[in-house]
Amino acid sequence: MDFYTIVQLADATLRMAIPLLLACLAGLFSERAGIFDIGLEGKMLAAAFLSAAVSFATGSVWIGLLAGIGASLSLSLIHGIASITFRGNQLISGVAINFLAAGLTVVIAEGWFRQGGRTPSLSGAARFDGIDFPGALTRIRDKLQASPGMQFYSELVSGHSILVYIGLIAVPLSWWVLYRTRFGLRLRAVGENPAAVDTAGINVVQLRFAAVLICGVLCGIAGAYLSTAVQAGFTKDMTANRGFIALAALIFAKWRPWHAMGACLLFGLFFAIDNRFQNIQLDALWVVVILVGISALLTGYALRRDKIDVMVLGGLSAVLTVIALMLWVSMASGSEAGLFGSLMETVKLPGEFIQSLPYILTVVILAGFGGKAVGPRAGGEPYVKER
Amino acid sequence: MDVMPRWAEVVLVPLISLILALALSMVVIAAIGEDPFNALKIMVNAALGSTQGIGYTLYYATNFIFTGLAVAVAFHARLFNIGGEGQAMLGGLGVATVCLYLPLPHWTIALVVATLASAVFGAAWAAIPAYLQARRGSHIVITTIMFNFIAAGVLIYLLREVMKPEGSMEPSSPKFAESTHLPSFYDMAQMFGWEAFASAPANITFFVALIACYLIYLLIWHTRLGYEIRALGHSETAAKYAGIDPVKLTMIAMLISGGLAGMMAINNVLGEAERLVLNATEGAGFIGIAVALMGRNHPVGIIIAAILFGMLYQGGAVLAQDTKIPVQMVIVIQALVIMFTGALDNMVRAPLERFFLSTRRKAS
Repeated sequence: MDFYTIVQLADATLRMAIPLLLACLAGLFSERAGIFDIGLEGKMLAAAFLSAAVSFATGSVWIGLLAGIGASLSLSLIHGIASITFRGNQLISGVAINFLAAGLTVVIAEGWFRQGGRTPSLSGAARFDGIDFPGALTRIRDKLQASPGMQFYSELVSGHSILVYIGLIAVPLSWWVLYRTRFGLRLRAVGENPAAVDTAGINVVQLRFAAVLICGVLCGIAGAYLSTAVQAGFTKDMTANRGFIALAALIFAKWRPWHAMGACLLFGLFFAIDNRFQNIQLDALWVVVILVGISALLTGYALRRDKIDVMVLGGLSAVLTVIALMLWVSMASGSEAGLFGSLMETVKLPGEFIQSLPYILTVVILAGFGGKAVGPRAGGEPYVKER
Repeated sequence: MDVMPRWAEVVLVPLISLILALALSMVVIAAIGEDPFNALKIMVNAALGSTQGIGYTLYYATNFIFTGLAVAVAFHARLFNIGGEGQAMLGGLGVATVCLYLPLPHWTIALVVATLASAVFGAAWAAIPAYLQARRGSHIVITTIMFNFIAAGVLIYLLREVMKPEGSMEPSSPKFAESTHLPSFYDMAQMFGWEAFASAPANITFFVALIACYLIYLLIWHTRLGYEIRALGHSETAAKYAGIDPVKLTMIAMLISGGLAGMMAINNVLGEAERLVLNATEGAGFIGIAVALMGRNHPVGIIIAAILFGMLYQGGAVLAQDTKIPVQMVIVIQALVIMFTGALDNMVRAPLERFFLSTRRKAS
């Protein structure tokens, strides 16, 4: 792999990470204020649709962006009313919002454009184009022959749409708001102990609504980025679970802004690898060793605990071991190298595995390997003033 | 003492939520320039107007009864199992595995074996999130969501690379043996000399679903285990003081829940498709959430809600053929039902409670 390939991979990682990052920061504000939000996906989707639709109608992507933010904000408001005003279940409200967006975007798109649930494709001023920095090379042929520094500058630093830079600036900004302002302190406090905040004479409801609305704005930008900068228009279900991956990144980052950027870049890298390398080979030996090793570790851990641990983790280890054995058997029967020689051959890593890595990693992190992920203490609990 | 009489709690609140959801859906239909009353007529007619329509409605309802029960059992232990979709996918894998690799000479044997396999696979898929919730306190909502996606990845991989017959382009398993064919409503009507249900996919699994409802009713309200599950759901600390082991109970409740979700596969995989296809579950796992919420976590309510959603799905499919309203309208209605019966419950309830409180004051 030469340097230019690495730069290209980094570039793709960044592009993939930005919508995750914006949605992740959105979730950060909401959850830090004690409002669980599994409706990030729906808000992004609604914003992606309306921003593309309005951009197409007005020919101005900036008006489209505002409309997208508006769509996301209105769903945020519904979430706020359900979970703050009426003290409903925040998770159920989030589920409803995801379905509402998944259904409404297609129904309205069909009603307006009659193109099978998509918007017409956008061009010119109706899209966010890449911004080329001064002196940056734009043609691939020039870039290939340029010096590494120039490649880095032209490919990775320059050439992104303005929303990418906004996403990157949002990280220090979020950190500053949350950790260096009075508003941020109160917001974090309301997620940990709303009663204490209330006692101090601060309006819990107002504060939580503010957090939910900030979440709406950020999700709106994330959605608009997908339909007006990455793609040229809206297609059905175009967010493709990014809202949930952002949620995973938020847990991975343990609800901290800088770590959120790290997590989103990591998950973005998985996407980029999956897009670029269709064929990742690994020695069969390694696959078998890793699977059996994990089984052994799990079994060892379970044996020191209760019956339930032995049953669940033992069962999981058994499944992993069986997979390893089946792989070995199928390798050995398919080659002339013999039982052990076949282990030296390579197997193709399934693309589905790379795509599932963010989800698997989140479960592993939630399981508490590598430091326990504990969310804001009052998260998910509606605040009742008087008992 | 409860503020509202029991009938208001059980009937009035869900009914008002449903009416609100339907009213808003009709506003949406009107907003995209279609006639909402005509749409309603088409939907009701499609779902109930012919035995074939009823056959489709009951087929969908069967799926939703299983997933609705799955969500409800978990809800009783105050666990929110969003993973019904993934558990149902794995249930399908279980059904396909036994039907493809075991000799099943008669449909009765196939039904029993497939039911066991689907329940075991579904429960196994729920076991890890359940374990993580019980032992490590990892939020079950997040882990079950993640397990839905992982299940989708596993199924895509297996169908594309392992189960797909040689030379086939479509990612699906081979067809099951003829002997595993479950009697459909059409077959059963034929036995009585009645020409009905034509090509509708409803099959004997519907009755399995009804039996499951009865068993779950007995389990939750008439056994010690059910009492413990409900006690855990009401208050974990109280349950602990009563000598109930929350770790064990969380596991058991989730295993039952996952098993029920997995059992949906005997309807859609063994009963209808007779092979395992991609996206066989078609979101039924999520509809279970709406069904459980609307049915107030009671088997009778779940049957009614499941049939309503069955009508909605059958009606929505025909609506998409006959008008310009896309089939996603069903998802909008589903979202509104979840919103009003689930998250905005207090909004519907509070004015009713005030009303009943004032009538009671006048009476006394």
